[in-house]
Amino acid sequence: MVAELGHFALILALAVALVQATVPLIGASRNDDRLMALGRTAALTQAFLVVLAFGALTQAYVTSDFSVANVVDNSHSAKPLLYKISGVWGNHEGSMLLWALILALFGAAVAVFGAGLPDTLRSRVLAIQALIGVGFLAFLLFTSNPFERVVPAPADGNGLNPLLQDPGLAFHPPLLYLGYVGFSVTYAFAIAALLEGRVDAAWARWVRPWTLAAWCFLTLGIALGSWWAYYILGWGGFWFWDPVENASLMPWLAGTALLHSAIVVEKRDALKSWTVLLAILAFSLSLLGTFLVRSGVLTSVHAFAQDPARGLYILGFLLAVTGGGLVLYAWRAPQLQGGGLFQPISREGGLILNNLLLCTLTVTVLLGTLYPLFLDLLTGDKVSVGPPFFNATFVPLCAPLFAALCVGPFLGWKRAELWPALMRLRVAFVVSLAAALIAMTMIDSRSTLAALAFGFGVWLIVGSLWALADRLKQGTLRTTPRATLGMVIAHASLGIVVLGSVATSAWHTEVMQTMKPGDRLSFAGYAVQLDKIEQVQGPNYVAERATLIVTVGGKPYTVLQPERRLFTVQRRQVAETAIQTNFLRDFYATLGEGDPSQGWVIRLYLNPLAPWIWLGAAFMAFGGFVSLSDRRLRIGAPRSSKTRRPAAQPAE
Amino acid sequence: MRRAIFILPLLTLALMAGFFAWSLTSGRDPASIGSVMVGRPAPKLDLAALREGEPALTDALLKSGKPVLVNFFASWCTPCLAEHPLFTRLAERDGATIIGIAWKNKRDDALKWLKRLGDPFKYAGLDLEGRTGLDWGLSGVPETYLVDGQGIVRLHFRGPITERDLNERILPALKGAK
Repeated sequence: MVAELGHFALILALAVALVQATVPLIGASRNDDRLMALGRTAALTQAFLVVLAFGALTQAYVTSDFSVANVVDNSHSAKPLLYKISGVWGNHEGSMLLWALILALFGAAVAVFGAGLPDTLRSRVLAIQALIGVGFLAFLLFTSNPFERVVPAPADGNGLNPLLQDPGLAFHPPLLYLGYVGFSVTYAFAIAALLEGRVDAAWARWVRPWTLAAWCFLTLGIALGSWWAYYILGWGGFWFWDPVENASLMPWLAGTALLHSAIVVEKRDALKSWTVLLAILAFSLSLLGTFLVRSGVLTSVHAFAQDPARGLYILGFLLAVTGGGLVLYAWRAPQLQGGGLFQPISREGGLILNNLLLCTLTVTVLLGTLYPLFLDLLTGDKVSVGPPFFNATFVPLCAPLFAALCVGPFLGWKRAELWPALMRLRVAFVVSLAAALIAMTMIDSRSTLAALAFGFGVWLIVGSLWALADRLKQGTLRTTPRATLGMVIAHASLGIVVLGSVATSAWHTEVMQTMKPGDRLSFAGYAVQLDKIEQVQGPNYVAERATLIVTVGGKPYTVLQPERRLFTVQRRQVAETAIQTNFLRDFYATLGEGDPSQGWVIRLYLNPLAPWIWLGAAFMAFGGFVSLSDRRLRIGAPRSSKTRRPAAQPAE
Repeated sequence: MRRAIFILPLLTLALMAGFFAWSLTSGRDPASIGSVMVGRPAPKLDLAALREGEPALTDALLKSGKPVLVNFFASWCTPCLAEHPLFTRLAERDGATIIGIAWKNKRDDALKWLKRLGDPFKYAGLDLEGRTGLDWGLSGVPETYLVDGQGIVRLHFRGPITERDLNERILPALKGAK
């Protein structure tokens, strides 16, 4: 009964979305207030209906209603409540419903908070948002109905993909989707602007909070995914340049570029058509990611939900959204007139450099991800593009980006002098140079490159904080705009991420050894003894568990228990690493293959600063939220904010 | 000229979409890393039998006119455990001829393993040094080859075979080659 209610709500939502996608659009072109007003009502109604549908599916999962096929396939009555709930989106149909839910909620948010928007712009944004919603709702209803029943209902379900039964991965998809779908709003704003034929500061002020919010969630989502890969895949690494990771990295890079170029539109009325293009691309890359993950055109760790038939639908949808947007762009964008003029050395110039580098990074990742596909189709050769390619292309491109990052905030708008800005950063320069030298001489003399990268990390932190210190000479922390504070936090956190990744990749110590119970080894000042290997029976897996006793100077230090789980139903092996952290380094142990006669393969890693990677990413998102709380950007803030804008950017 | 720049993103998209559509309709499997063995005569087979008192394994087994499956396994390999029931079923239900080769495995360990899990192998060989595996281009265990009656390799699976491999590729090939 509840499942049918959900199904019915979904059908109604599609009908409402169809109305919302057409009527306000007609109203906007005819300037008919009544037709335009329908957009808001429809957006709220659609959100209500999709919430109802999502609630119905959640109810089916929580109560283990095994007459619903989706629940049978992805749940089990003995599962903990957390995984019953996360099971709702741990499958293809449910995750699409979650996507539709976030899409509708964001549409409703535009309707509620968009009172200050010009009527025509708001109507068009809501219509475009609904158009995207139509695509997802139709996809759900016609190809992936989550409410399908099974008769007769089985006694119990098949359980969730073992890899997904993990607290880290329970929240990874919703965060990622909040990011992806957040970009749908900026996309809708971009299309509406092209339809209106005007892009101005007010438009940019509306686009920026949405971009910021999407960016923050995406940052958290990516970090959570990387953390999961770090402790579950058991290779000691945190980023593998897997197609799925790249799929989420591309919109993040494009979104970061958009975040910065929107500032130029807002403050200086320049870079308009470029910003509109970025807004279209950020969402298109999100869709591309979904397509790559679900269509099965590339291999990756996300083997779930791959299906070429669905791939064709998503490809069609991707073509409609991106293609439609780009056709409109090719037609209307040449008419967007740029306003402010500026010299190459200026805040604008710095932001353009940022955009160029970020876009080059995006293209690099795109090429690296798709190259195996292109080559296979054209020549039949199988290659895989991995870390060597990205280390040789992506990493060097980061150097100028990081170098310029700290200088930008010291440049004035319109026209600036480079030398004085650099002089103000001399302390930061000296400190980071010292850090690089110390790293080179004291930590590891083999890798000059790593020491240099370490210096860059320090440069980002000190340089960003220096900008804040510079600012505080003129006022207090309270009078500093939240947007500036957010910027400083996010930029400095990037430095923390860089330090963590450099230290972990370049200076980790590892040992791989075959051990039998009772064997000892000494590793980086620790004595490690394999105490025992035992068979453990989990609820739906069998595992081998090693007990490693770690001592320092004869005194007990810690006990690590890595496992290797074989999930019997799915025939999937999952490594459960054991990690002991003190926030300066991770002691990381995994258990490999083995048997009693030959011993087991034990791998130990000491990863310096590894926790900083994810802490830094979390701080980065926090910086984004701080910036989002800026009064000037606050959603629904009175429009008088325009007059309150500091006139502190003297033209000459 | 200025206009052309604004059309560029659209052209890029068209190019990419073309490749995606091609990929989706071509039926390619991105997960396969390919095999140089498929379509070529099977490498030579000259191995001592795993089970005591049985004749050694020779090339003649691969050219009997009937297709055979050659499966490399080891008792220390967990994925082999996972695919084992499928071979049992292939032998019992579908009457397939399966040659099992214990790779880098001690005779006693392999025999104990087969005793515990059931023995679906009509012929079983022992490749203690891994030399035959080298000839066959093995990258690890388990790997499975389907050799037709004339001694030509038709299919090559790296890693454990799955239900889907069985139904969609192995069974049709066994029937087609008969």
